[in-house]
Amino acid sequence: MMTMVFDPASWLILLPLAWATLAFVLGAGRGARLALVGLGAQALLALELARRVRDQGAHAHALGGWPAPLGIELAVDGLAVVMLLMTALVALPLGLYARAYFGAKPKGGAWFWPLSGFLIAALNALFLSADLFNLYVTLELLGLAAVGLTAAAGDRMAVAAALRYLLATLLGSGAYLFGVALIYGTYGTVSLAALAPLISAEPAVLLALALMVIGMLLKTALFPLHFWLPPAHGGAVSPVSALLSALVIKASFYLLLRLWFGVFEPVATVGAAQLIGILGAGAILWGSLLALLQTRLKMLVAYSTVAQVGYLFLVFPLATGVSPEAGVSAWQGGIMQALAHALAKAAMFAAAGAMIVATGRDEIVGLSGVGARLPLTLFTFALAGVTLMGLPPSGGFSAKWLLLMAALDSGQWWWIVVMMLGGLLSAAYVFKVLRQAFLPAPGGSAVGRAPRALELTALALALGGILLGLFGAQPLALLEAGGGR
Amino acid sequence: MSGDSLLPLAVVASSFVPGLAIFFLAESRHRLRSTLNLFGAFAKLALIGYILWGVLHDREFVFTHEVLPGLDLVLKADALAMLFVTLSAVLWLFTTVYAIGYLEGSPHRSRFFGFFSVCVTATVGVAMAGNLFTFFLFYELLTLSTYPLVVHRGTEQALRAGHVYLAYTLAGGAVLLVGTVWLYGIAGQVDFVTGGVLDHLPAESAPALRIIFLLLIVGLGVKAALVPLHGWLPKAMVAPAPVSSLLHAVAVVKAGAFGIVRVVYEVYGVEFAHTLALLAPLALAAAITIVWGSLRALFQDDLKKRLAYSTVSQVSYIVLGTALFGPVGTIGGVVHLVHQGIMKITLFFCAGNFAETLGIHKVSEMDGVGRRMPWTTLAFSIGAFGMIGVPPLAGFISKWYLGLGALEAGIPWVLAVLAASSLLNAAYFLPILYRAWFKEPPAAWPHEHIRARRYWETSRLLLLPPLVTAAATLLVGLFAASSWTPLDWAKLIAAREYLRWVP
Amino acid sequence: MSIGLFYALVGGLLFALGVGGLILRPHLLSKILAFNILGSGAFLVLVGLGQRDGTPDPVPQAMVLTGIVVAVAATALALALARRLLDLSGDMVLPGEKAADEAEAGDQEAAPGDGPRGGA
Repeated sequence: MMTMVFDPASWLILLPLAWATLAFVLGAGRGARLALVGLGAQALLALELARRVRDQGAHAHALGGWPAPLGIELAVDGLAVVMLLMTALVALPLGLYARAYFGAKPKGGAWFWPLSGFLIAALNALFLSADLFNLYVTLELLGLAAVGLTAAAGDRMAVAAALRYLLATLLGSGAYLFGVALIYGTYGTVSLAALAPLISAEPAVLLALALMVIGMLLKTALFPLHFWLPPAHGGAVSPVSALLSALVIKASFYLLLRLWFGVFEPVATVGAAQLIGILGAGAILWGSLLALLQTRLKMLVAYSTVAQVGYLFLVFPLATGVSPEAGVSAWQGGIMQALAHALAKAAMFAAAGAMIVATGRDEIVGLSGVGARLPLTLFTFALAGVTLMGLPPSGGFSAKWLLLMAALDSGQWWWIVVMMLGGLLSAAYVFKVLRQAFLPAPGGSAVGRAPRALELTALALALGGILLGLFGAQPLALLEAGGGR
Repeated sequence: MSGDSLLPLAVVASSFVPGLAIFFLAESRHRLRSTLNLFGAFAKLALIGYILWGVLHDREFVFTHEVLPGLDLVLKADALAMLFVTLSAVLWLFTTVYAIGYLEGSPHRSRFFGFFSVCVTATVGVAMAGNLFTFFLFYELLTLSTYPLVVHRGTEQALRAGHVYLAYTLAGGAVLLVGTVWLYGIAGQVDFVTGGVLDHLPAESAPALRIIFLLLIVGLGVKAALVPLHGWLPKAMVAPAPVSSLLHAVAVVKAGAFGIVRVVYEVYGVEFAHTLALLAPLALAAAITIVWGSLRALFQDDLKKRLAYSTVSQVSYIVLGTALFGPVGTIGGVVHLVHQGIMKITLFFCAGNFAETLGIHKVSEMDGVGRRMPWTTLAFSIGAFGMIGVPPLAGFISKWYLGLGALEAGIPWVLAVLAASSLLNAAYFLPILYRAWFKEPPAAWPHEHIRARRYWETSRLLLLPPLVTAAATLLVGLFAASSWTPLDWAKLIAAREYLRWVP
Repeated sequence: MSIGLFYALVGGLLFALGVGGLILRPHLLSKILAFNILGSGAFLVLVGLGQRDGTPDPVPQAMVLTGIVVAVAATALALALARRLLDLSGDMVLPGEKAADEAEAGDQEAAPGDGPRGGA
C-alpha cells in the first residue's frame, strides 16, 4: 500500500503543526524545548526528502491516499525541496536564537513558538502544494501567522505595522484568489499539472495572470509595493524579523516562479518580464538608498531586504524569452539569491538583535563600542554583509555571478549596471554600520554583553551564507535532479 | 585528493588559521599571539620551501574545488605564483616581527594581527590563484581584510581614508567582476596558462576582448594605483607603519600589479595582446603614472606621503615591463615585482622607525637624524639609492632590463621616461639624505618615544627588519646573475612565456 | 447572459469595490469590511463561473467554504488588532493615513499656528 510507506513530505507539514499546537498548550519554556526538537526533526526530514529527490527525481504524493481533485496532492521537485531545505536550515538556528533571545527579553515569547510553528507548517505546505487553491490557503495561513508574529512585540508601532501588513497581505491574496477563480472558471481545474497543457492567451487567463502577479508582488514587497515591509520587519522582535525577512517573503516569490516559469510560461511575455525587472531595479536602487539613510539599525536591515528582493525579480527579464543557457543561468541565480538572502538576512537581523540586546537601543549612532565588546557579532554582521554585497566567496556572489552571466549571455547589459550599482550601495550601508561599531564607546555609556547563544547562532547563519558560496554546486545539482524547470 | 593537491591550500591556511585563532585571543595574551604569528609565518615559509623543491623536480601542486557548475576555485603553484608567494611570505615574516615591536602596548592588537593574517592569506591566494575567478575571490578578500587595518587607529582621518579606500577598491572590484564574467561567458573557464588562453577565439570577438581588457586593467589598476585611479593610496597613509609597509610592498598595490602581469601573460598571452594592439596603451598609462607619481612625490613634506607617491610611480615599472613586448622587458617587469617590494618595505620600516622613535613625520624634521639613528638612516639610504637605480642595487637591475626591453620592443621613448623618472627619484630622495646626514640635528626631537640604549638606537624588533631588507636590496642586486635570485627566476618565467616567439 | 456569468460580473464589481475601499478608506473598520466585500466578490466569481451547463460544480463550493473559513479567521485577527490599536493609540486609523486624514480636515479649518499658510 502506498500509504504505508514513510513519506517525509507530509510529515514536514504535520510535524510543525503538531508542535505548534502543543507549544500553545505547554507555554513558552517547555514549548520552546519541544519546538527545537521539532525543528531538528524537520531538518532531518528535509535532508531525507532531498536525498530521495536526488536519487529518484521529482514525485507526487496524495495525502491519505486520496487522489486529486477530491484529495490534496503534494508535489516534490527540485525547486520545492531546495526551498524546504532552506526553511529547515534557517529555522533551526533561528529557533535556538529565539530561545536565547526570549530568555533575555521575555516580551512576546509566549506567542512566538505556536505562531512560528504554524508559520513553518504553512511555508512547507506552500512549497509542496500542487494546485492553485491549496497555494491560496497556505499563502493565507502564512500571512496570518506572520502578522500574528509581527504584532507579538505588543507596542503601538508593532500593532500598527502588523495591521498594515495584514491588510497588504489580504489584498495580495485576494487578488490571487480572484485569479484562481478566473482560471477555474475557464478550465475547470486548479491542478498545476492539469493546467499546464491547457493554458492559452485568453483574456480571462491574462487577467488572472496579471492579478496573481500583482498580488504576489505586493506580498513579496517589490518596489513600489514595499510600503508595508520596513515597519513590519523593522518593528517586530528580532527573531521574528529574521523569520519574516529570510523566509516569508520567499514564499510568494517561489509561487510567482512556479506560475511564471511553470503553467503560465506560454502566455508570459518579454515585455511584462522587463517591466517586473524594472521594478526590481527600482527596488535595488531605492531600497539601498533608503537603507543608507536610516538612523535605526533594524530599519536599515529591513530596507536592505527591500533592495535584495529586487535582485530576486531580475530572474524574470533574464530568464524570459532568452537562450536556454542564459535561462538556466538566470534561474539558478535567482534561486541562489533566495537561498543566500535567507541565510544572510536571518544572520543580519539576528546580529542586529544581539547588538540591540547589548546596547539597549536600536539607533545606529548607539553602536559605538560594539566592535570592542561584541567582536563576534560584529564579525557576523560583516559576514552577512559580504553576502548581501555579493562579494566572494558567498552565496550572494554566486547568485550575482549567475545573474551576470545570464545578462551577458542574453545581451541585457542594463541589468549589469543595476547590479553593480546595487552592490556598491549595499557596501555603503553595511559599512555605515561597521564603521560606527568600530568607534570607541563614548564615556559614560556602557555596552553590555549579549548571551553567547545569540552570538553563535547568528554566526552559524552567516557562515552558512559563506559556505553556500563555496558549495553552491550541491543545491544546484539537487535543483537539476528534481527537474528544476 | 593527494597531499600534493592539498599543499597549495595549506599555504593559504598557514596564515588564515592562526589569524582566526588570534581573533579570539584576549588582548593581554601577547606572548601566545606572537607565537601564533611567527608559527604561521615560519610554517608558510617551510611549506613554500617544500613546494619550490617539488616544482624543481617537476611535481605539480594544484588544488581544485568546484564552486558552481563550470566555475572552479583553483590554487596552483606555478613559476610566477612561487615568485610572488615567496616574496609575500618572506616579507610577511619581517613585517610581523616589525609589527610586534611597533604595536607594543597599543590597544586592539588581537584585531590588528587577526586582520593582518587574513590580509596575507588573501595576498597568497592572489599569488597562487590558478584562474581569473579565484584571483578575483582573493582580490576582494584583500580589500575587505585591509579596510580594518587602514582604519585601525579609529581617528576621524583614518575613517575618512578608509571610506576613500573602500570607494575606490570596491568600485574597481565591480569593474573587474564585469570583465571577468564577460570573459568567462566568451571563453569558458579562464585558467592562467603560460602564453594565454584566448588566441584560439574567433576574430570577431576581438572588439569584445579589447573592452574586457580595458575593464580588467581598470579594475586591477585601482589597486595598482595607475593614474588616475591612484587617489586612495596617499590617503591610506594614515594606517600604522607595518600596514603601510605591507600595503605598498606586497599586499594591495602589488596584487593589482601582479594581476596585470597575470592578465597580460597568462590570460591574453603577451603575443596575442600585442596582436590586439593592447600593449602600447598600457605602456603609455604606465609611463604617465611613473612620471606623475614622481612629480607629486617631489612636493610632499610628509615623509610617508612622499613614499606613497613614490610607490605610485615605482609600481608602474612593473606594468611598464609587462607592456614591453619582448623577453627582456618581461624580465625587467617581473623582477621589479620583487625588487620594488624589498626596497619599499625597507623605506617604510625606516619611516616607521623615525616616527616611532623620535616622532618625525615630516621631511623637514629630519635634519641630522643620521647622527641619532645611523643604522636606520643607513637602511633608508640604501633603499633610496636602490629606488633611484644606483648600481649595484636592486633597482638598478630592474631599470637596466626595462631600458634594454624598451630598445628591444622598439619604443625608445620609454628610455626617456626611465631617465626622467630616475632624475625625479633622485630629486625627491637625495634632499632627504642630505638633511639626514649632513644637517645639524635640532636641540630636541619632535617627540622622543624610545631612548637609545648602548648600540641600539631604537627597539630591536624595529631595527632588525629594515637592516635585513636593506641588506637584501644590496645582495639581490650584487648577486643578480647567480642562480636562485629573483632575476634568475624572472628569466625562467620570461623564457617560458616567449617559448614560441622567435626574435 | 447565463446566470453564472451574471454572478461572475457582479463578483468582479464587488471585488473592485472592495479593493477601492481597502486602499482609499482610512478607517480600519471600513478597510476590514472592504476586505470582506473583496473576498465575497472572488467567491462569487468562483461559484458563478464554476457552473457547468447550469449544474453546480461541487469543487468550487468546497473551495469557497474553505475560503470563507480563512476570511473569517483573517477578519477576526484584523478586528483584534484594530481593537488593540484603539486601546494603544485611541484611534482606529493607521499612523501614516491619519496624517492624510487630518490634512483633508485641515483644508476647512486651517490649524492655528500652521506656518504662514495658517495665518493667511
